[in-house]
Amino acid sequence: MAALVSLVVLVPLLAAALTLVLGRRARPQRVVAALALVIVLGMSVALLVGVDAGGAVVVEAGDWPAPYGIVLVVDRLSALMLVVSSLVLLAVLVFSIGQGLADGDDETPVSIYYPTYLILTTGVMVAFVAGDLFNLYVGFEILLVASYVLITLGGTQARIRAGVTYVIVSLLSSVLFLASIGMVYGALGTVNLAQVAERVQDLPVDVQILLHVMLLVAFGIKAAVFPLSFWLPDSYPSAPAPVTAAFAGLLTKIGVYAIIRVETVIFPSPELNPALMVLALLTMVVGALGAVAQADIKRILSFTLVSHIGYMILGVALGTVAGTAAAIYYIVHHIVVQTTLFLAAGLVEREAGSTSITRIGGLLASAPLVAVLFFIPALSLGGIPPFSGFIGKLGLFQATAAQGDALAYVLIGAGALVSLLTLYALVRVWNLAFWRPAADVEGDETRLLRAVEEAPDDEGARSETRTTPRLMTLSTAGMVVVGLALTVFAGPLYAVADRAAQNLDGSAVYIELVLPGATEGEGAR
Amino acid sequence: MTVSLVLVIVMAALIACGVYLLLERSLTRVVLGFLLIGNGVNLLILIMGGPAGLAPIFEEGLDPSAYNDPLPQALILTAIVITFAVSAFLLALIYRSWRLANADDVSDDADDVALREGALTMPIEEVSPDEGDTDFPAEVTGEAPR
Repeated sequence: MAALVSLVVLVPLLAAALTLVLGRRARPQRVVAALALVIVLGMSVALLVGVDAGGAVVVEAGDWPAPYGIVLVVDRLSALMLVVSSLVLLAVLVFSIGQGLADGDDETPVSIYYPTYLILTTGVMVAFVAGDLFNLYVGFEILLVASYVLITLGGTQARIRAGVTYVIVSLLSSVLFLASIGMVYGALGTVNLAQVAERVQDLPVDVQILLHVMLLVAFGIKAAVFPLSFWLPDSYPSAPAPVTAAFAGLLTKIGVYAIIRVETVIFPSPELNPALMVLALLTMVVGALGAVAQADIKRILSFTLVSHIGYMILGVALGTVAGTAAAIYYIVHHIVVQTTLFLAAGLVEREAGSTSITRIGGLLASAPLVAVLFFIPALSLGGIPPFSGFIGKLGLFQATAAQGDALAYVLIGAGALVSLLTLYALVRVWNLAFWRPAADVEGDETRLLRAVEEAPDDEGARSETRTTPRLMTLSTAGMVVVGLALTVFAGPLYAVADRAAQNLDGSAVYIELVLPGATEGEGAR
Repeated sequence: MTVSLVLVIVMAALIACGVYLLLERSLTRVVLGFLLIGNGVNLLILIMGGPAGLAPIFEEGLDPSAYNDPLPQALILTAIVITFAVSAFLLALIYRSWRLANADDVSDDADDVALREGALTMPIEEVSPDEGDTDFPAEVTGEAPR
């Protein structure tokens, strides 16, 4: 078990080095990248099974004892996140392999894609297994630097423009995080999460709140919590489709994961919970209203992404086991479903040549499979029963209702409303892009029709514009199936989320795990 | 914990200037601002390590408080390397932006501008149930300026 914790980080890193060496040979690069992610997925599943059955794993790097050396901690929450993120990363990799094969870019110099993607994977894994704040920072930096490269891939003007916004905002959040680490060290003399949690209670309340807010702002930018969310819809849509899918699914959730750690392990006290609930409300509502106003599928999806971050923050802000469990299930659901939707948007872009819903139409007739692959996750995101989005929202609303005050009921109402707005935005996409007959699109610029107009007799051109590689469809379909599995196996999954949340009920379990004998608790794992 | 007032003032000045530059639209200034803030935060970590002391190499019979705290310095070294790499990337990004657009500023999102100016006319979905063949209103231009 202990070896797996290190290997989950090392395998993608070594694979990144290998793909870099293989820079000019596309086929071995793809094989190595896919193989590495399959191995990571297998190890993550093994970790989840092992951790869920036998308790969390703590690895002391180089055998240095806990508060002095670097510790890697995999508890149920980390293990669950590892499984979901490696699954999503694998699906997106397969999608991008399919896209690359179709575009025939064997000759292009974009051989940095696979190494960078694997380094992104490494960063994600480091962030999830980090047992101290500084290691978390390093994990964030690894994945952010990789994401800077991926979001500006190809270096076109639109991507550079979007990339600049993204890079500067991310840098600001990193600097804030680093400053908070400095302050935490100054106040407590440690950056080990367990030791921080142990010592933080002795601090004066005002210092506690200062540190708490600093960390929340740093992670809030990464998680795109209102009012720190406006960079996201600005920068995500212009990246290549698979990159956007991976970013949308994972990167913001890592911010949410960090917020969960801060709220449950370091500062379990409820002072800032009402403020967080208000922020959750605003994130939900503002994001959903933004989604309604957009005319581009990728931008609509980016705004719904922001709005659904609000649900997760709501679950965390409740500060109860039920709330955290619901938030964890919701993160899992949202990572899968949001990635699927962005992959489906990638397929739409390929079929229709655009993602602007004012310009495309008739996709239900021309690409029925893509329509199905978009429709199912869209319903799930909109919270239609029996899909996983409904189960997650139900859990959240139940946990919120248990709190029972006026703010809680306002939030439930807003949550239901936002879910309807999400549905409205997605149904608009459905009506215009899929259901509307292609002939009704004014100023029709779909690629297919243009090709037909240019060469009406050329059967070859017509079929060529329509080919969507089977791998792309396959990986999207695979993600849809995973999304459906989240619904079918919601019982066991929710139980795991619940057990993970019980481990996070206050800091005692975590402290006992990393520093055994430090507290007098019975240390139930 | 005693700290050097000079260091605190320098740190505050670095971060203040950095924030000022970061708020500019010119990308070159943003990079300079980022560098200043990065160095300011590194100083902050150094200050948090406590007063200066002996090099942290164990000597018999010395009081532990006489040593310098090595951990913040290790953290700073890591942070410096990261800042270095990222600023190299930023410079490349700016250079590319300059080559492509001949512009050294953070430009607005084209879609945002279109939305703000109302140029992004949206088709209105008015489908009455008995109207099988959907006709979209005439004001649908569907043309978003790119």
